Amino acid sequence: MNDWTVLGPELLSALGQTLYMVAVTLLLAGLLGLLVGVGLYVTRRGNILEHRAVHEAINLVVNFVRPIPFIILLAALGPVTEDVVGTRLGPNAAIFAMTIGAMFAVARIVEQNLMSVDPGVVEAARSMGVSRGRIITTVILPEALGPLVLGYTFLVIGITDMSAMAGAIGAGGLGDFALRLGYQRFNDEVTWAAVAVIVVLVQLVQLVGNRMARRILRR
Amino acid sequence: MTAPADPDRTRHPDGEVIVRFEDVTKTFVTGPAKARREVVAVDGVSLEIRRGEIFGVIGYSGAGKSTLVRLINGLEPITSGSLTVNGFEVAGRKETELAPVRQEIGMIFQQFNLFTSRTVAGNVEYPLKRAGWPKDKRRARVAELLEFVGLSGRAGNYPEQLSGGQKQRVGIARALATSPKLLLADESTSALDPDTTQEVLQVLQRVNRELGITIVLITHEMDVVRAIADHVAVMQDGKVVEHGSTVDIFARPRTGTARRFVSSVLHSVPDEREVERLRRAHHGRLVIVDVGDGVDIGGVLSDGAARGVRFTIAYGGISVLQEESFGSLTFELIGEDTAVQDVVDELSRITTLREVAA
Ligand SMILES: Nc1ncnc2c1ncn2[C@@H]1O[C@H](COP(=O)(O)OP(=O)(O)OP(=O)(O)O)[C@@H](O)[C@H]1O
Ligand SMILES: [Mg+2]
Repeated sequence: MNDWTVLGPELLSALGQTLYMVAVTLLLAGLLGLLVGVGLYVTRRGNILEHRAVHEAINLVVNFVRPIPFIILLAALGPVTEDVVGTRLGPNAAIFAMTIGAMFAVARIVEQNLMSVDPGVVEAARSMGVSRGRIITTVILPEALGPLVLGYTFLVIGITDMSAMAGAIGAGGLGDFALRLGYQRFNDEVTWAAVAVIVVLVQLVQLVGNRMARRILRR
Repeated sequence: MTAPADPDRTRHPDGEVIVRFEDVTKTFVTGPAKARREVVAVDGVSLEIRRGEIFGVIGYSGAGKSTLVRLINGLEPITSGSLTVNGFEVAGRKETELAPVRQEIGMIFQQFNLFTSRTVAGNVEYPLKRAGWPKDKRRARVAELLEFVGLSGRAGNYPEQLSGGQKQRVGIARALATSPKLLLADESTSALDPDTTQEVLQVLQRVNRELGITIVLITHEMDVVRAIADHVAVMQDGKVVEHGSTVDIFARPRTGTARRFVSSVLHSVPDEREVERLRRAHHGRLVIVDVGDGVDIGGVLSDGAARGVRFTIAYGGISVLQEESFGSLTFELIGEDTAVQDVVDELSRITTLREVAA
């Protein structure tokens, strides 16, 4: 039998570590990815800052980073992480790698959602003499807000997934808990306890995301 | 609202030129580098649009109408020629330099292009926010504009809760927010049913008459031109093939394109099929004459009758447009050959006459 008086607090602190890593990564990757995604969108052909070379350059970087499996990226980024964060280990090192890994996925999500904005409203704003920077912040982003929220919600699941591998560099979290105390000790109950917590977490995020998107989209 | 313009001047615009096209060409380059294709969307157009008028531009799909208006506010740069708005040369300007001109030009669209993330009031307020109006002034202006387009009760609605006609009226209110001098309307009624079209056209007419705003009205429907345009330019393959006052174009279309547009609303001249039918039913001499104010066709026909020439009206229609009547009638003339010939000669002398081949 498992002693949950010991395991319980450990699970809780693992949850805390996961929440911390996911939240900070979501914020950083969300912002950086938004910038890159907007960059991809506006430099596209026919868009307000059309620029082929810049678009292709960003595209190349995105396509280069995206397919790298996260566990490999985590290891490969080691030296860079050390330069930036000061250490290769622990939650902050994990956050750095997760941010790099996630921001390019965010960039694609953002680009795709912005492409669904009716070019007609952009044209309307241009006809009013609104500057291109203003068009991005006051027309394009607000018009795409509903789908963007759904995209970010989807992203949380991906980041949670990444965070499970953070145990590999000693960052703890629910994935680490499940692997170390469950899988490696052939203790299915512990593994499934971690799974249950993750499922509940993701469900909650999805619920909130859906609600917000519905509100924004008035449906 | 802004001071109403002198209605007389509005009806008979002799105001200064507000938009001047001089030999303007717009070429689009499309396709991949290997297979470049050039489309000349606007081809050597010279036009003058005067302050206070409603200037219609009509043409079939692909004629270059949308491109032509989009040049005026610089949404597309011109390829060659000169284009001035209020004396400001638009050609060769950067996007940032165009901002002040664009604030003087409102634009409405076929698909309305309202911001779906903003309410009706939010849409109308948007250009005011961008122009840096303080909040209380914005609010008063929005109320005034919604009142003008008859949508005061809809301020808090979102675009998807409105009918097409209502959406276009929001579009008009938004375009007028910063008191432009010129309004560009690209197929502004083409997505609407006939009743709603009339409703929107009436609002546009009030924009012109009460606010003195010059309107460039793009359409492919001659009915729209007939309803409110003072002048009209007919476009075909990127060129303006004919332009003049609406009455002139309706009464005396010179090109085939203009004639087809006119006959799409005035069915006064028989088309080929109808001519065939007329030929079967009538065996006398068939002539088509233009009628109009001061053309005394009755007099000629009575003189003919005195010499035994009978006539039947086989086809025709007469309309009144801006107090001038015009149209055409197709007569069958029956009688002794020389007497009929005299009637035909006399008619040709007083008006345009075309003979329907036997
Ligand atoms: N951005 C563009 N790139 C390439 N070709 C274009 C572009 N915009 C317009 N064209 C071409 O220019 C020509 C004129 O198009 P335009 O849209 O001005 O016609 P239109 O008279 O407004 O037609 P419609 O009644 O269908 O709106 C067409 O051959 C069109 O394919
Ligand atoms: Mg068009």
